[in-house]
Amino acid sequence: MITANEYMFKILRYDMKEPEIQPYFKSYRIKVISGLTVLMTLLRIRDEIDGTLSFRSSCRSAVCGSCAIVINGKIDLACRSQVASFGDKTIVLEPLPNLEIIKDLVVDMTPFWDMYENVKPYLIRKSSEPEKEILQGEDERKRIDQYVNCILCASCYGACPVLSRGTDYIGPAAFAKLERFVLDSRDERPLRSLEEINNEKGVWGCDTMLRCIDACPKDVRPADSIIGLRKTLLKYKAKKIFGMTNDEN
Amino acid sequence: MLSYDVLIIGGGLAGLRAAVGLCDKYNVGVLSKVHPVRSHSIAAQGGINAALANSPHGRDDTREKHAFDTIKGSDYLADQNAVEIMCSEAIKVVYEMEHWGCPFSRFPDGSIAQRPFGGAGYPRTCYSADLTGHALLNTLNERAIAKGVNIYTEWFVLSLVADNNVCHGVIAFDLINGEIAPILAKTTLFATGGYGRVYLHSTNALINTGSGIGIAYKAGAPIKDMEFVQFHPTALIGTNILITEAARGEGGYLINKNGERFMAHYVPNAMELAPRDIVSRSIQTEIDEGRGFEHPLGKYINLDLRHLGARNILEKLPGIRNICIDFIGLDPILEPIPIMPCQHYSMGGIDTNEKCETGISGFYAAGECACVSVHGANRLGGNSLLDTIVFGKLACFAIDEYLRDNSIKPDEKFLLSKKEEMEKKIYRLMYRGNEKPYRILADLSKTMSDCVGIFREKTCLEQALRDIDKIKERFKDVCVSSSTMHMNYELLNTIELEYMIEIAHTIALGAYLREESRGAHFRKDFNTRNDTDWLKHTIARIGKNGQPVISYKDVVITDYQPMERQY
Repeated sequence: MITANEYMFKILRYDMKEPEIQPYFKSYRIKVISGLTVLMTLLRIRDEIDGTLSFRSSCRSAVCGSCAIVINGKIDLACRSQVASFGDKTIVLEPLPNLEIIKDLVVDMTPFWDMYENVKPYLIRKSSEPEKEILQGEDERKRIDQYVNCILCASCYGACPVLSRGTDYIGPAAFAKLERFVLDSRDERPLRSLEEINNEKGVWGCDTMLRCIDACPKDVRPADSIIGLRKTLLKYKAKKIFGMTNDEN
Repeated sequence: MLSYDVLIIGGGLAGLRAAVGLCDKYNVGVLSKVHPVRSHSIAAQGGINAALANSPHGRDDTREKHAFDTIKGSDYLADQNAVEIMCSEAIKVVYEMEHWGCPFSRFPDGSIAQRPFGGAGYPRTCYSADLTGHALLNTLNERAIAKGVNIYTEWFVLSLVADNNVCHGVIAFDLINGEIAPILAKTTLFATGGYGRVYLHSTNALINTGSGIGIAYKAGAPIKDMEFVQFHPTALIGTNILITEAARGEGGYLINKNGERFMAHYVPNAMELAPRDIVSRSIQTEIDEGRGFEHPLGKYINLDLRHLGARNILEKLPGIRNICIDFIGLDPILEPIPIMPCQHYSMGGIDTNEKCETGISGFYAAGECACVSVHGANRLGGNSLLDTIVFGKLACFAIDEYLRDNSIKPDEKFLLSKKEEMEKKIYRLMYRGNEKPYRILADLSKTMSDCVGIFREKTCLEQALRDIDKIKERFKDVCVSSSTMHMNYELLNTIELEYMIEIAHTIALGAYLREESRGAHFRKDFNTRNDTDWLKHTIARIGKNGQPVISYKDVVITDYQPMERQY
């Protein structure tokens, strides 16, 4: 049997076009069947109760990264979070922290995308391409697996304590993507280019609280990438001191 | 007024591939309703077909064999010249995507791994675990970043502006700022995706409304083969989330409540790896005849992966396992997955030729919103990702050729008058009417799922057409709750709803008129294929009174004479 229970959804409301009205919580009482997700409930609230509610959604299957929000204090994708799983008849929804609110649960992702694009998150090659595929061993492919899985939902960005201090730190997701390419056996970016993150805005800004690992809905460990990049930078520095680098580009 | 040489609508695989191919030479703008990586291409799981012959079990695979499998799978409705081009380009685009960084899974020799898929004679499907769409879309997004492609995120299109069969651009809407923006363009490419959300049960993303096809149709572009709608055999019960065909490609079984691998009764040679139309009908038949399992959310069949073992599942189907754990709380390593067939793919779309040209000059379409047709009456798994990238690439050549003619001068005056028309339309939606948009969509999508589904027949299709007429009337009285222009998702949904109703009409009408069974279109009252009368494409155009006008067009046959489709 499908059972339905009544829940109170408290949703943070704000509109950047009306900055004089401070963010406030609006409550919605709604009956939810067991198994229903927070996203499906949000869609119902917008359809049936309040057409002015704004939130992002697309795939509704935890692969597109649109719907990361804070649910009862914890960051997660609304689409994969079941209402009943919180063991609470009140569900509080807030937008992702560390980003400005555009409206309600929709945040301005521009700083997140800017940081991501700044690390050159694409394959860089110097060699000419072979006629067929560039060969890559199964183990080499496995090395980048966890970082490939990142869906750019910004959950880690929202959870990062360094970013919450209002710094211009690059943030966990961008490092995960950078490490995905640094570790890719096909990538030929000069190690010298990593100097750009060899500072407090970069990998040395992380205070290893590991909140990013906790927040990731896809089991990516951005902190691993930060530690990995630090090691690469230290090795590069050592080689430079001993004049062993042939990275002249 | 914003002005572009090339305006691309849609930031999924087809749109981004075209943008990347044109941005060095032309002034290119991309409009995307969502950030490009949120596009529905991201959700494709199983893989992309190309006759690389990497598999030890497929060394003699060729592009011709790929073409034959595709044409046979299409139930001979595909245009064979276009299929041949796609299968030949397949090899090039897969290598190109690999060179651009796509993290394909690998065979032990370091080559791109390939797996078996339904309806294919060889292990031909290149993959990245079961997240192939994610891998490909990220790669193209990365490429777009590297090339500095100009993308307008969270902009959607209200209307395509064409006059006298020449395209002048679009009227766009900036969701975040709530502004209507006419955009002048010498060429416009639609890569706007399929129409899955016209159905109540669909594996598709919520954004797959098919509005792009409806916009083109309303602007006078012919649309093709709309009645051909693919139902995927294995969607997770309740949520309708896709469980990839790769689950069966890797060896998964379909089991009914008597514990039988029932596909043995339908297609003993192909079993679970028969093409999707056949497997979906087999599952539905099992359910209809009482051999399904019962569940409060509906009747289902089991997809059993347990015999594949934990290691295989973790390595090759990790995404599926996560979906099962997240959405239904079971681990496929330990338990079978409850599945049912559900709408998955739109074979029909904007009528294009193999160069992505449409019935309107300067207007092009590629990907799921287009119907070339390379999939005919039934698409093979692994051919949709291929279609998007190949035709996104081929659109570049056609657009480049068109733009060499310097006399092309899109005219602002057509955009300004259309802008005014759109402003009035939006005003009307905000200030008059009693119908809630979501109720209309709920009724429309239920009608489509109930009457224009896996099994179709005359009386039910007539009922669907009557329902759609009533829904069109109700839409005239629709009203949104807020007159705010920015971040008004209900308004966006309502604008799209109008186009969804038009699309649904052409699907139901095409299905009603086509008195045969071919591929995914199955008529209980005409249950065999009829090449004498129906080896032809359905073309729908909007008539002067706003009603669809149907005509037919020959299928292009090259080397493959239609024969009975046996597996």
